[in-house]
Amino acid sequence: MKQIVRDHKVRDFNQAKWDEPIILELHQPGERGVIIPEAEEMIVESVGDGISQVPKNMRRKKKPDLPEISQARVLRHYVRLSQETLGSDFNVEIGQGTCTMKYIPKINELLVRTQKLTEIHPLQNVNSVQGILEIIYKLDLCMREISGMDYFSFQPSGGTQALFAMASLVRAYHNENGEGTQRDEIITTIFSHPSQAATAAVKGYKIITLHPDKDGFPDLDALKEVVSERTAGFVVANPEDTGIYNPRIKEFTKVVHEAGGLCYYDQANANGLLGITRAKEAGFDMCFFNLHKTFAAPHMCGGPATGALGVGEKLKEFLPGPIVEFEDGKYTLNDQLEHSIGMVRSYHGVPQTMVRAYAWIRALGADGLKDVAKVAVLNNNYLYHKITQIRGASAPYVKGKRLEQVRYSWEQLANETGVTTEDVGRRMTDFAHHYWTSHHPYIVPQPFTLEPTESYSKADLDEYIAALTQISNEAYENPETVKNAPYNSVIHKLDEQDYLDDPDKWSISWRSYLKKVKMEEGVK
Amino acid sequence: MINHKKNAHPYIPNTAPSVQAEMLKEIGVESIDKLFDGIPDELHFKGEMDIPKALTEFELRRHMEGLLNKNKSSNEYINFLGAGCWQHFVPAVCDEVNQRSEFLTAYAGEPYEDHGRYQALFEYQSLVAELVDMDVVNVPTFDWGQAAATSIRMAARMTGRSEVLLPKTIATDRYKIIKNYCSPDIECRLVDYDEESGQLSIEDLEEKISTKTAAVYIENPSFLGFIETQGQEISDIAQQFGAISVVGVDPSSLGVLAPPAHYGADIVCGELQPLGMHMNYGGGQAGFIATRDEEKFIQEFPSRLFGIVPTIVEGEYGFGDVAYERTSFALREKGKESVGTQTALWGITAGVYLSLLGPEGMHELGQTILQKSQYTIQQLDKVQGVQSSRFKATSFKEFVVDFNQTGKTVEEIHNKLLDNEIFGGKDLSKDFPELGQCALYCVTEVHSKEDIDKLVSSIKEVVESE
Repeated sequence: MKQIVRDHKVRDFNQAKWDEPIILELHQPGERGVIIPEAEEMIVESVGDGISQVPKNMRRKKKPDLPEISQARVLRHYVRLSQETLGSDFNVEIGQGTCTMKYIPKINELLVRTQKLTEIHPLQNVNSVQGILEIIYKLDLCMREISGMDYFSFQPSGGTQALFAMASLVRAYHNENGEGTQRDEIITTIFSHPSQAATAAVKGYKIITLHPDKDGFPDLDALKEVVSERTAGFVVANPEDTGIYNPRIKEFTKVVHEAGGLCYYDQANANGLLGITRAKEAGFDMCFFNLHKTFAAPHMCGGPATGALGVGEKLKEFLPGPIVEFEDGKYTLNDQLEHSIGMVRSYHGVPQTMVRAYAWIRALGADGLKDVAKVAVLNNNYLYHKITQIRGASAPYVKGKRLEQVRYSWEQLANETGVTTEDVGRRMTDFAHHYWTSHHPYIVPQPFTLEPTESYSKADLDEYIAALTQISNEAYENPETVKNAPYNSVIHKLDEQDYLDDPDKWSISWRSYLKKVKMEEGVK
Repeated sequence: MINHKKNAHPYIPNTAPSVQAEMLKEIGVESIDKLFDGIPDELHFKGEMDIPKALTEFELRRHMEGLLNKNKSSNEYINFLGAGCWQHFVPAVCDEVNQRSEFLTAYAGEPYEDHGRYQALFEYQSLVAELVDMDVVNVPTFDWGQAAATSIRMAARMTGRSEVLLPKTIATDRYKIIKNYCSPDIECRLVDYDEESGQLSIEDLEEKISTKTAAVYIENPSFLGFIETQGQEISDIAQQFGAISVVGVDPSSLGVLAPPAHYGADIVCGELQPLGMHMNYGGGQAGFIATRDEEKFIQEFPSRLFGIVPTIVEGEYGFGDVAYERTSFALREKGKESVGTQTALWGITAGVYLSLLGPEGMHELGQTILQKSQYTIQQLDKVQGVQSSRFKATSFKEFVVDFNQTGKTVEEIHNKLLDNEIFGGKDLSKDFPELGQCALYCVTEVHSKEDIDKLVSSIKEVVESE
């Protein structure tokens, strides 16, 4: 038998396809997945069936139409679905730019499964939860070092909720100073995450969006034109999704401060900045970090997560409470913050994520954190150099270096072959890769956004580059191959529009689908 | 400690100097530091971060376990705390599925390579839809508080009104979330409750409701544990005034209690944590929102809603985002509120839980909880000075224990219970001062008769001691 030659560039891949029915189709009357502990005989003797005490009008008359399925079949169903999901443990996960998909250390997963964490109640007496409070407090201390901020709240449980909390702090701060009504505008940039604008709008703010200058930098002159006594706040990421660091950021924060506004820094993704530059020195009043991005907590299909919110001294009393403090050798919960916005999420946020982030920081130390930023930026610039050599691909805006990610464009490819960025994305799944375009609106035409983080080796990056190169070649030689992809993924191209946007056809649950299918058949 | 000079960090492959040199050569840059040229010198952090040196995996495990072991868990103590986060039996298959590394480490892939994630979330929507008997359920939001707050904002947009009525018995924390989320444009007003039964005061509701009211929000079971029996009447009053009836619900009750859609609710929301999530010091919370399949509701959801779609190949289902153009992903500040990372994995887990329990399991769960909580109330009532159910109404799994006649504070009693390795229920004296020394106790299927009897004898011992 010959040794396999490994010099082919793209992976010969087939994703698992199990053709699993919808779980409600697995219903087999009489089967059981699990048995609930029953009340002991003596209890039943004392109180009867329990249900008779419930007023008749409040009793459920017919049991819910849930499926009856044996335990093994439920398990098999879900592990099959899991195999039809490309988690980051399985691929060179650089295609979901802005999401900072990095290695999720297994030791951290082992740590959060202890009953010393899973089985503690959020309202237990603080003496019985000193361990978790110590971890949260020490994580706070680390975050202060990384950001230069003075206090952290870990209650926001995602980047969007952290942005919402920050917009709430802005409102509470100006209300306290008697300027709440007058200051009704928040300024953001078009390359920032949509949640920046969306969450500020929920807090009743009028949104002003700055567009980049010709080099891709947020436009300082445009900012100067829009700031006024109506400015409540300025929210921005730096670098933005383009990976371009705005070197004049301190001037931006100064302009906003002079107009009386607060500046808040979206550091959902801070992977290129750890130990390199901080929110405080750039003049920000607040910042937040997504622990499920930069700090290696897993993304869990989209949460639970944490957006760790840091503030300078003057905003401490506005934080959502409680926050963890350390006094006389004991960790305590302070819910008496004078101007607190209240709460954004119940209890203390998502402690499992905090444990993971703290463990990750302790596994790296100060030097390791700096290495993360350095290698993430090295990887990104290598990728950037290589991707821009692929036929049809480009990276709009300023030439030269980028930090942790780049928003690229297939504009030329689309013009020359008719193959769009969405087509390329579907084809990438045939080679075991994720691929993400951009938030809306598409400012960069035919966009795609890649972020290699520190977790991938040069060989990993070369594999991703090879896949994109092959797809570019296919687009020029046989564009239909790309347009009709995927072939080796779990399913084929969706035939979607009517089924997602027409109220007569969309089905957001299986019962709704069955009703609509019946109706459709009735019509025929 | 990890020696950075000697070893590449296990999490960072490209710390090897030879690879770095090769990559820098390819890019045409002399050193990694040069890649940071775009950051002005004055913004370069020149200090040292005061963060301890790196630990090896072995050291890390010892350190972290040392810290976590300082916690006392509800497996070591007997726990009667609930108040929005409840200790329930978690089937092993729930943990097995949500610990699968495919689900744990997936994020935002497309309907192709992440087909399984889409299907699992569509199934979660479908299973909760059966439980609440409604056609539409969203991809989960952060928690019950957020779900309620968003339901209220949905109602405000649908009615073009800016006032919401909520029960005065609502949890203080949940109310804090709702108030902050609704400010500044929606006014929250509290409706009084009947002192004897805890039920919403219909008189006060009728006084406060008007054509300004966007929504009437109630909870069932209420935060204070009792079952609100006037659901239909409250929904009718809301609808008479053109307001939306919103009901927050604990889904673990829905095997035995009528789902809110059966007494007139337009929007149903609630907490998923009891459906297969460990308490995790509050990290198991996740919220859901359900409505009828009517466009006017669906267009107001901020959340992702996964729908079933055909593919170009006959015999294949795919999934996608229904009415994506309403979201902030599509429209930024012009979208409906905002969407982002929330609690998807807990949604998948709730789906697993409901598949395992099925209709019989959910019924038995509700029945067991009713029996065990009723037994606890019955036994506690025998203790001198303790009124085990402050309100004259049937409760589900929580109930207000009144210690006012014992001459002791809840804090004093609960501190003594800790000596017997019991976590007493939530002390209500701060949040509900009108109740004096009362506490909210929670009993579920996990409590054995022995646990309950130990609680009763411990409380007896404490209140009867000098």
